[in-house]
Amino acid sequence: MVWQTIKRWYHMLGSPRYFYTFSSALLPWLTPIALLVFTVGIVWGLAFAPSDYQQGNSYRIIFIHVPASSGALMGYVAMGVAGLVAVVWRMKMAEVMMKAIAPFGAALAAISLATGALWGKPTWGTYWQWDARMTSMLILLFMYVGVIALQNVIRDPRQAARAAGLLAMVGVINVIIVKYSVEWVQTLHQGSTLKLVGESTINPAMKYPLLISMLGTWLLYAVNVLVRARTEVVWRERRSKWVRKLVKGGGQ
Amino acid sequence: MSVFRAALSRELLVLWRSPAEIINPLFFFVMVISLFPLAISPKPELLALVAPGVLWVAALLAVMLSLDGLFRRDQESGVLELLLTAPVMAVVPVSAKLLAHWLLTGLPLVLISPVLAHMLQLPDGVLGTVMLSLLLGTPALTIIGAIGAALTVGLNRGGILLAVLVLPLYIPVLIFGAGAVSAAVDGGAVNGILAILGALLALTVSLGPLAVAAGLKISSGN
Repeated sequence: MVWQTIKRWYHMLGSPRYFYTFSSALLPWLTPIALLVFTVGIVWGLAFAPSDYQQGNSYRIIFIHVPASSGALMGYVAMGVAGLVAVVWRMKMAEVMMKAIAPFGAALAAISLATGALWGKPTWGTYWQWDARMTSMLILLFMYVGVIALQNVIRDPRQAARAAGLLAMVGVINVIIVKYSVEWVQTLHQGSTLKLVGESTINPAMKYPLLISMLGTWLLYAVNVLVRARTEVVWRERRSKWVRKLVKGGGQ
Repeated sequence: MSVFRAALSRELLVLWRSPAEIINPLFFFVMVISLFPLAISPKPELLALVAPGVLWVAALLAVMLSLDGLFRRDQESGVLELLLTAPVMAVVPVSAKLLAHWLLTGLPLVLISPVLAHMLQLPDGVLGTVMLSLLLGTPALTIIGAIGAALTVGLNRGGILLAVLVLPLYIPVLIFGAGAVSAAVDGGAVNGILAILGALLALTVSLGPLAVAAGLKISSGN
């Protein structure tokens, strides 16, 4: 029963036209919700959460740093999954998604690196250290750049998406290996204090704004991906009847 | 198996008849390494400190640059199309090609590395580790780089793009390869690091050719 539903959804969302109407209905709701959640999380974290007993107010950059890092990581994994679907099943929408996910993810990786450097200076006394997490984030940024570069160079959009998809799949394996291969070099970065399973070691007064700003960032990411994917869908299907109707009719 | 052997002997013969493709990476390796003593300082203690990294980065770049034209000639002459449409799995001839390429470009780097390590003032005791780490590492570099070469085969501007795609993927191999040599210089335990390097090689040998074949299929539009 569940399987049937999943299969139906897979095929329905696989159709560019259905995706377009579906996202037209979704976006007017999702965009304000994303903005609201993000603003609540950021304002709560930056203005109202208690300051840290050791780091004072400088720790507050966590409310930007951690959401950006998690978004960049999840984005790359999502890109790898979309790449797998695009290469194996040649699903059109997966190709579109591949292309839509990359730019925002690369931006988040860059934000994560920049905020991490700014946070590292008052806390560790250095902007940059070659420790496991920082190095993997840098490599992640490089691999986002690689995927985007490959996509831009190949002219046929379907071929470009599949080539980039294969690269993203290899890249997902690489991120994991890089993470563990740098770990035996001594690590400066603190471990994760947020845990879904088991006791979190972060103060609840800081935990909730952090979770909310993470959720807000992911929702904004989703909005960005949907908008990009819609543009790409309309461009790719520009010769089809429904897009012509859409453009001439000026709306739904 | 007979397909593999036929493909291997063909690739070896083709490479053997264009000696520039064998010699150029080797000279690149030697030349890049000889730049460092001139640029940094010829002081032995300083050189020995940076030597593991210099050796490994130079080997990595030599392997990567040698891969730029890996599939180009086959594509231009139409051999690649035939390979991909032949009634054998594309992985078989692709693996043979990779093996041939490594035997004639990667292996010479390994063989000449003790000489260069000595020129970089590394102690004689670590020359074995240098060779062993490169012996385990360069095939992995060849296979990973071939994925990038396969994805960029139809494009005219291979060089820089290939580097952008492939260099991030080279990092684990580089860390463990150079790490093994550094550990040997410091007199630490080497076997564990070499074992991980071997594990990376096993991973790339088993899955890499599949990815290369898939990349070639994508690039040729099949």
